[in-house]
Amino acid sequence: MTPDNPITRLGGWVRSQIDAIGYFARFFTTLLSHSGIALTRPRLVSQQIHFIGNYSLLIIAVSGTFVGFVLGLQGYYTLNRYGSEEALGLLVALSLVRELGPVVTALLFAGRAGTSLTAEIGLMKAGEQLSAMEVMAVNPIRRVLVPRFWGGVIAMPILAAIFSMVGILGGWVVGVLMIGVDAGAFWSQMQNGVDVWRDVFNGVLKSMVFGITVTLVALYEGWQAKPTPEGVSRATTRTVVVGSLAVLALDFLLTALMFAN
Amino acid sequence: MSRTKTDFWVGLFVLLGAVALVFLALRAGNLSSWSFAPTYTLSANFDNIGSLKVRAPVKSAGVVVGRVAKITFDDKTYQAVVWVNLEKAYLFPKDSSAAILTSGLLGEQYLGLTPGSEEVNLSDGDKIRYTQDAVVLEQLISKFLYGSAEKQGAATPMNAPKVQN
Repeated sequence: MTPDNPITRLGGWVRSQIDAIGYFARFFTTLLSHSGIALTRPRLVSQQIHFIGNYSLLIIAVSGTFVGFVLGLQGYYTLNRYGSEEALGLLVALSLVRELGPVVTALLFAGRAGTSLTAEIGLMKAGEQLSAMEVMAVNPIRRVLVPRFWGGVIAMPILAAIFSMVGILGGWVVGVLMIGVDAGAFWSQMQNGVDVWRDVFNGVLKSMVFGITVTLVALYEGWQAKPTPEGVSRATTRTVVVGSLAVLALDFLLTALMFAN
Repeated sequence: MSRTKTDFWVGLFVLLGAVALVFLALRAGNLSSWSFAPTYTLSANFDNIGSLKVRAPVKSAGVVVGRVAKITFDDKTYQAVVWVNLEKAYLFPKDSSAAILTSGLLGEQYLGLTPGSEEVNLSDGDKIRYTQDAVVLEQLISKFLYGSAEKQGAATPMNAPKVQN
């Protein structure tokens, strides 16, 4: 029974994974149970929406436009072979509203806002600001984590909706203005095919789930970071990797659940 | 940055999000085509509805006059029962007939209403008695193939003596 025989190591690995899931779940419930401050001091949340949402607006809008451009070009190239260019609007709108809007926004969100949250909290921890707060009888979970959590959860669906809108407009610019697909057919095919509940609402629901996931991962990694420069850099990397993988896995699950029939 | 300035930008951000959602619902989605006019319900039995779906349009002379509300199966007659909501503004005679048609060659299926000539109109809960099933492409093709095969079968005996001559 040496400590480094393979079976012991496998067991240790499994146990540490289960530990991590447990910590993560307890972290989530602690955040939720302290969420009262979001209602009593809403200004803290609105500051975070400003920091997380407004500052991500530019990258989201620019990416949305270009994704829309590419969808317009690529969709036209494929549809043209079957002589059904009029369906271009439908193709662009459905792909954006159902999949690309929520998913690409969440990936960019993890890179733009998630990393800054992790680094901020990790450095607060390294600089012992969190401990200082506790000494002053200020609960850092309430004061630091909860406003950032709700800021991210509120900002993410808004960003995803803006991404989809800008993307559809981008597809319209390429399809209708540049290539010359009929504008009436572009919009009417889109309105015929996109259902408000089945497509738009489920897309918004997806973006909410991704917002919770990415923000939670970012805060958790910052909170758990080793209080050293190396620890903070590792935590920031893990935010992007774990956050993006979680978004992709959840997207598959949610798509299977929502659009199965 | 001062408080009011932050609040202004956050307000603008949320407003932009709301505009985006309204755009997705009205311009990209079909919320604008939902009609909230009062409706009445009719039912119709079909032997085969093809791929007719709930919320498919009901058209008369090409104009949308209602939507398919639900589709059930009647295990007494082994028929499909299609329930449709028609707008109260449009009334149809009692002997009107319903047919399941396809828009374009491969388009979506819809319910077509052809008005009859009776004086009394259909009212809420009535049944449309004259119906025409969906055309199933495979059945059509097999009918055509068997039809031409039968013709050939009938033609061969008549040709056979000719060959002998």
